[in-house]
Amino acid sequence: MTVTTRPSRVAPAIDAPVAPVEAPSSGQTRIGRGAAWPKRREGPAKLTGEALYTDDLVFPDAWFGHTVRSTDAHARLLEIDLDPAFDWSKVVVVTAKDIPGENLVSLIADDQPVLVDSEIRHYAEPVALLAAPDRETLRQASRRISLRTQPLAAVFDPLESRQEFAHFALDKGNVEAGFGEAEVVVEGTYRVGHQEQLYIENQAMIAVPRPDGGVTIHGSLQCPYYIHNALKRALRLSDAQAVVIQAETGGGFGGKEEYPSIIAIHAALLAQRLARPVRMIYDRHEDIAATTKRHPAIIRHRTGVTRDGRLVAQDIEVVMDGGAYCTLTPVVLSRGTLHAGGPYNCPNVRIRGRAMATNTPPNGAFRGFGAPQTEFAVETQVNRIADRLTISPLELRRRWAYRIGDETPSGQTLRESVAAEEVLERAAESAEFERIHGLTVVGRRERAERAGSEPKSNVLSSAAGRTARGIGLALGWHGAGFTGSGEVKLASVASVELTSAGEIRVLTASTEMGQGTKTVLPQLAAEQLGVPADAVQIAPQDTSIVPDSGPTVASRTVMVVGGLVLKAARRLREMVEPSTGRPFAESYRDYAREHGGLRVDQQFEPYPDTNFDDATYRGDAYPAYGWACAVAEVEVDLDTGEVAVRNVVSADDVGKAIHPLLAEGQIEGGTLQAVGYATIEEIKLVDGRYLNDRLATYLIPTSLDAPRIDSILVEQPFSGAPHGAKGVGELPMDVPAAAVVAAIHDATGAWIHDLPATPERILAALHGIAPPPLPGLSTTSTPSSEAPA
Amino acid sequence: MSYRLIVNGNESSLDVPGMRRLLDVLREDLGLTGTKEGCGEGECGACSVLVDGELVNSCLVPVCQVDGASVLTVEGLAPTGSLDLLQQAFLEAGAAQCGICTPGMLMAAQAYLDAGGGPADDEIREAIAGNLCRCTGYTKIIDAIALAAQR
Repeated sequence: MTVTTRPSRVAPAIDAPVAPVEAPSSGQTRIGRGAAWPKRREGPAKLTGEALYTDDLVFPDAWFGHTVRSTDAHARLLEIDLDPAFDWSKVVVVTAKDIPGENLVSLIADDQPVLVDSEIRHYAEPVALLAAPDRETLRQASRRISLRTQPLAAVFDPLESRQEFAHFALDKGNVEAGFGEAEVVVEGTYRVGHQEQLYIENQAMIAVPRPDGGVTIHGSLQCPYYIHNALKRALRLSDAQAVVIQAETGGGFGGKEEYPSIIAIHAALLAQRLARPVRMIYDRHEDIAATTKRHPAIIRHRTGVTRDGRLVAQDIEVVMDGGAYCTLTPVVLSRGTLHAGGPYNCPNVRIRGRAMATNTPPNGAFRGFGAPQTEFAVETQVNRIADRLTISPLELRRRWAYRIGDETPSGQTLRESVAAEEVLERAAESAEFERIHGLTVVGRRERAERAGSEPKSNVLSSAAGRTARGIGLALGWHGAGFTGSGEVKLASVASVELTSAGEIRVLTASTEMGQGTKTVLPQLAAEQLGVPADAVQIAPQDTSIVPDSGPTVASRTVMVVGGLVLKAARRLREMVEPSTGRPFAESYRDYAREHGGLRVDQQFEPYPDTNFDDATYRGDAYPAYGWACAVAEVEVDLDTGEVAVRNVVSADDVGKAIHPLLAEGQIEGGTLQAVGYATIEEIKLVDGRYLNDRLATYLIPTSLDAPRIDSILVEQPFSGAPHGAKGVGELPMDVPAAAVVAAIHDATGAWIHDLPATPERILAALHGIAPPPLPGLSTTSTPSSEAPA
Repeated sequence: MSYRLIVNGNESSLDVPGMRRLLDVLREDLGLTGTKEGCGEGECGACSVLVDGELVNSCLVPVCQVDGASVLTVEGLAPTGSLDLLQQAFLEAGAAQCGICTPGMLMAAQAYLDAGGGPADDEIREAIAGNLCRCTGYTKIIDAIALAAQR
């Protein structure tokens, strides 16, 4: 043990007042325009190192926790063996039999244990917990505990799996009649693999025992009430005994929606046993090896068109790999299925979606939530159809894109806020799509003629002949907020309070993970109240203080919770002004002095004329949709197959951009995650184990890999939300991957059907050689049963 | 064994094992938690600090290697309660989102500006290539560094 001179801190003030910041003068650079909007609330704390993330929190006498994980993909757990040569009195061990409540962590189906009791269903599954007073003892103990197992047959291929988590069916018109009308039928199978969220702050939870027998969790998380509910169930706690407080959170992207619940339970079990705080801080290896990923998917398309480019039939099958447990899979599949047809008005549609179980770590929420998978497929399909018909992909989309009055495959009539054409035109114009596409097409043809007999060199290449440039386009949509009746069931509450001390504060469970919650929610309240944004405080995301305003997911924070905050602030003003006879801003302090505090709780009310039938899957799947168009320019190295994405223009209709600088930040970040998905991000599996489970082997884009990203904010407001906002978080993730793949085709003449478009896949497509293993599919170390090449 | 470090101008004497990571010395022994750990293997740059003006991953540096050195961390960029020019530019440009890469990113940017770096996009990209960010797409970080370079 080392000498520690670390100053002890008591539980941190989550909302420490920040230093006053000098406002920038506008016009200094193009960034100067940011002066119009409030600065990021917690920005100064993040920029000075004062912001406290979970692992920065000091709890004296805390022990360190460790999770013992399975090393089988599927096995019967026979025994947990403790080496008798080790002094086990120095540590504590917790197994399934020590769980006071139900051995379950669940959002939809009750299938996932907190700790394996008898059957191991995936590699890296939690089986036992250890805690020790220091890291070295913990390390030693973890090496002296072993699992005796009896391996069982494992299923890795969702197409071979017999266990289904969910299925959905959407039908519109008559597909067979549609294909009868078709003059050209294009088929395609598209495959996408796992993608890791790769927030830079690993998962982290600290559990602190409470005097009332409960536990307080400080952690890196998106959804305080999900954890609150999970703790109550597994530890048999009351509402008051299960307190969850969000620490500063270093990125989530869906990865901290569901998985934090199991970590919090683990930490709490150890803390309860020890009657002292326990730190459960994952390192990067454990985080990648064990936590949820984007669902791999296999998507088959059959599309009927006429020779002059009319869309007459779409037949689509979506199969997702849920991994070993249900987690959020049915909802991911639902969104993926609802978006699978793309933003196109097709008279005859059949979509079938199913999610299957495999013996791989469970997949879960990741920005886009099923839509990036199915929209990659449909957009690549549409681009291939344009290629086949020799119609510009821009022109084809002009003809097919949804307009007001069109009906979706779920039978929803799009009544307003349809910006498919606008985002398409604005992105295409800004990126000069037609001009550049014209050059690349001509260039590719010339190269092919010049190359003569060489069949595989039909490429536009640079002067040196080693690289080729291309441009590609994709269009997408993203249902705003929860699917179907999700918001009605959630019945979220957000509050705005005038305290007796004359302070205004917003109370919600919506978390800040970088997207700007703590800035935008007070901004919305302040605008209603006529006060400066910094006059509105935001209460800490602590379940003992704030109401359940639902999870911070589904791009719903600004649209749904922001709408509640806005309405609550409006009501607060309407209560104060008649009493004081003066504008709220001038009189609220006097009101508080004379009458005391006032709090307005605003509960979600269904959006008008929005009806969805969960049983038949018919109706208004979403109250509104966001629309996005991405245009990507790439340069492909023809010798190595490497792709450099040079530029991306992303036009995104967010309804109303409340804080344009933050909204742009969402578009830029989502676009780069999509570029990573398209080009380099891939989990490889052997025997159901993630092979590249370190940051040295799972690569994400660096600043040198990142394109120049130009974001265009389009605003077609949604009348159901008081501010018109439709959300921005996930929309920019949905379509850039297909734009990149179209650009690779434009450069090389090769269509890539499987993501990511790695050098190996590109060279395989260019030279007609065997491609690498399919994305998302585990190979087995037994040579006889290797996955098909 | 005792080691001497000058961290953000303050001299400390530390009685720690020589192979203890500089990152742990900063975070746990000196209580300077502004420097973050993202991967522990030198891939992400979240733990970047300046050692005698040079940008290093503090997760890869044992304390015995920096005995007597001067270390600058994010806490040392500006006096308490204020922001320096670079931090101010990050705030204005929207360059910090979740903030976990931000301290390391600031140190990389500081090293770049100290070496006389200018507002050119490709040079800034090169300078921060060892620092991963998952939120911003790097666009606004590059904007912020260019803004600071212009000032």
